[in-house]
Amino acid sequence: MRKIVLILALIGLIIVIAVGFFSQKDYEPTTLMKLKEKYSKKYISPVDHSKFSVLQQKFNSPQQVTTTCINCHNKRHHEVMQSNHWNWEREEYVEGRGIVYLGKKNAINNFCIGTQGNEQSCAKCHIGYGMTSDGKIFTDSTNVDCLVCHDNSETYAKALEKGGAPETSLDLNAIAQSVGKPKLSNCGVCHFFGGGGNNVKHGDLDMAMFDATKDLDIHMAVDGAKLQCVDCHTTENHNISGKVYSLSSMNLNRNNCEQCHTETPHEDNILNEHSLKVACQSCHIPTYAKGNSTKMYWDWSTAGKLKNGEPYEEDDSLGNHTYLSIKGSFVWERNVEPDYIWFNGTASHYLEGDIITDTTKALVLNQLHGSYNDDESKIYPVKIHIANQPFDPVNRILIQPKLYSDKAGEGAFWKDFNWQTSAAAGMKEANLPFSGKISFIKTEMYWLVNHMVATKEKTLDCNSCHTRDNSRLANLKDFYLPGRDYSSIVETGGVWMFILTLAGVLLHGVVRILLSIKSRKGVK
Amino acid sequence: MKTKQVYVYRAFERFWHWMQAILIFFLAFSGFEIHGSYTFFGFKDAVKYHNIAAYMLIILIVFAIFWHFSTGEWRQYIPSFKNIAAQLNYYIFGIFKNAPHPTKKTVLSKLNPLQKLTYFGLKILVIPVIVTSGLLYMLYRYPQRHGIESLNIQSLELIAIVHTIAAFFLLSFIVAHLYLITTGENVSSNLKAMITGFEELEEHESIEKKSSTEIE
Repeated sequence: MRKIVLILALIGLIIVIAVGFFSQKDYEPTTLMKLKEKYSKKYISPVDHSKFSVLQQKFNSPQQVTTTCINCHNKRHHEVMQSNHWNWEREEYVEGRGIVYLGKKNAINNFCIGTQGNEQSCAKCHIGYGMTSDGKIFTDSTNVDCLVCHDNSETYAKALEKGGAPETSLDLNAIAQSVGKPKLSNCGVCHFFGGGGNNVKHGDLDMAMFDATKDLDIHMAVDGAKLQCVDCHTTENHNISGKVYSLSSMNLNRNNCEQCHTETPHEDNILNEHSLKVACQSCHIPTYAKGNSTKMYWDWSTAGKLKNGEPYEEDDSLGNHTYLSIKGSFVWERNVEPDYIWFNGTASHYLEGDIITDTTKALVLNQLHGSYNDDESKIYPVKIHIANQPFDPVNRILIQPKLYSDKAGEGAFWKDFNWQTSAAAGMKEANLPFSGKISFIKTEMYWLVNHMVATKEKTLDCNSCHTRDNSRLANLKDFYLPGRDYSSIVETGGVWMFILTLAGVLLHGVVRILLSIKSRKGVK
Repeated sequence: MKTKQVYVYRAFERFWHWMQAILIFFLAFSGFEIHGSYTFFGFKDAVKYHNIAAYMLIILIVFAIFWHFSTGEWRQYIPSFKNIAAQLNYYIFGIFKNAPHPTKKTVLSKLNPLQKLTYFGLKILVIPVIVTSGLLYMLYRYPQRHGIESLNIQSLELIAIVHTIAAFFLLSFIVAHLYLITTGENVSSNLKAMITGFEELEEHESIEKKSSTEIE
């Protein structure tokens, strides 16, 4: 009787476990369903600008359009003029430095190096007109370029090297009548081309996203959610959320996945626990530069070679420039596995004129802070861009060369191909000392990889990190990672204990068998 | 010497033993995959199965503790150093000469002094250490997740290493244990006893005979 009860109890236990185990249905979490519903609703503009009579007038200049916009939206230009998109700088608190005004105005990067002295050309991506080196533009509200962000006709385009002015052939009336919420194309036209070409800088912002597939970007896919930039980069009073750490230092106004997906989006609790230490991006963006290649290495030291007195270019099989006389040599990569770092949302930057303390190792231009022991830190994927760029070995500061000018003889490197005059002119415009000596130093920049989120199926699996060989986190050594780490003492001791025990019992067994055979023979 | 079939291992005891055997084998197999020693299930499934098996083992242990105390069987594991030298001597020399077992197995004393010592060590040290470290391993993120700063465990390193040490001890124990099964009265008698519950034991006093038949 008791046996029967026990057997029944055992069977019951197995059934309960089996039912629990196999009945985990694979349904989408409710948050995801809600999000899908929210973002599949069609946006209907509350007004039709083409019906406004003020927009029917003939516009002769883009400034005229801006004035007309301001006539109705009579406070918006103040908001724009307080934004970093306009000012090319923002207030940042940096530890050890205090409050600094940091932005494109004064930061040095390791692509085209910096804007100073090159404003006319760089302003192709400024939301204003009439950019000059003297900075007057920043105070004149009629120079606000409303159209570059709000044109919904997809015909607006800025002219090359004209201080931010649009091309002259445009139909400004049609464009002004089309205005609305910024679309992917409005943002992409600048942000996909930073650094002087498509996908050069970020690696995860690529013109392939104009018509993304789900494989390229699950959020922006035209055959999927079709999200626009501003769906995530939400905006209040022209203050757009999200920031890039090439120019930011504080853990403020950031965009993250959790704002839609919550901190615990997985059904599996163990996966949810990961979000304490691992950013979503680390697993959900297994590779970046999936559409087109991105620049990984830029060597300025080879720039300036000429063929028959003329600058030239060399391309690889994918059409990427591998050499440009005006910029030097490049290495490009596609489908790149990110590097991984601890990051707590703060960074410190190399700013113009900072003395380089150690010129023997690579200079990090934007050091992202974080460590395992810091509760605010998580593991993030990054693109590390390496460059070899000019510096002054006597003053030990990075050189801001003058690159652009509309005519030769002003020292611009892109016209004269002379480092000496270019450095002298650039440093003078930046009010920095220049010794006359030019050397090249290896620099690094860290670009967080946030876009090109993969489909669920292509997300990294546990073995990508939890493995002894080729772990994606092999370089993060300040913590114990199961599957990757072990104590070599315990490992050696444990294995030897196991081997010796096994050898001991085998030996004992063999001797027993031999002796018993012998004794049986003896009996016979 | 007269022998008699005696009911040595009761139903729960056998159920407990075999469930524990299956679970420990499975835990060792999945555990060393998590440790990085090889790949079989894949890390994610290895962790999932390891955790399920771990909870099953803990439930089993709770029942086993209850059983041991309610039946008084826990006394079997009180270590005694009496006869320990003789037992060692038997394994090192006597066994090869077909010498008799130095410790007489009875229902009231199923374990020889070496077994008592080993099982006592397992129950008091290795199992508690592996269960505690295992639970900490599984749950160490909970305080931080729920904002209980004072209970935060910063590093998994110590927990994981202690868990690994205990696992290596259990692994070696299993090897020795599997072999020692064959050192009963004959090669299969220990195994048969743990399966059927019955073992051929020497007859002792009549009281014990009576008690053993009563149980049946």
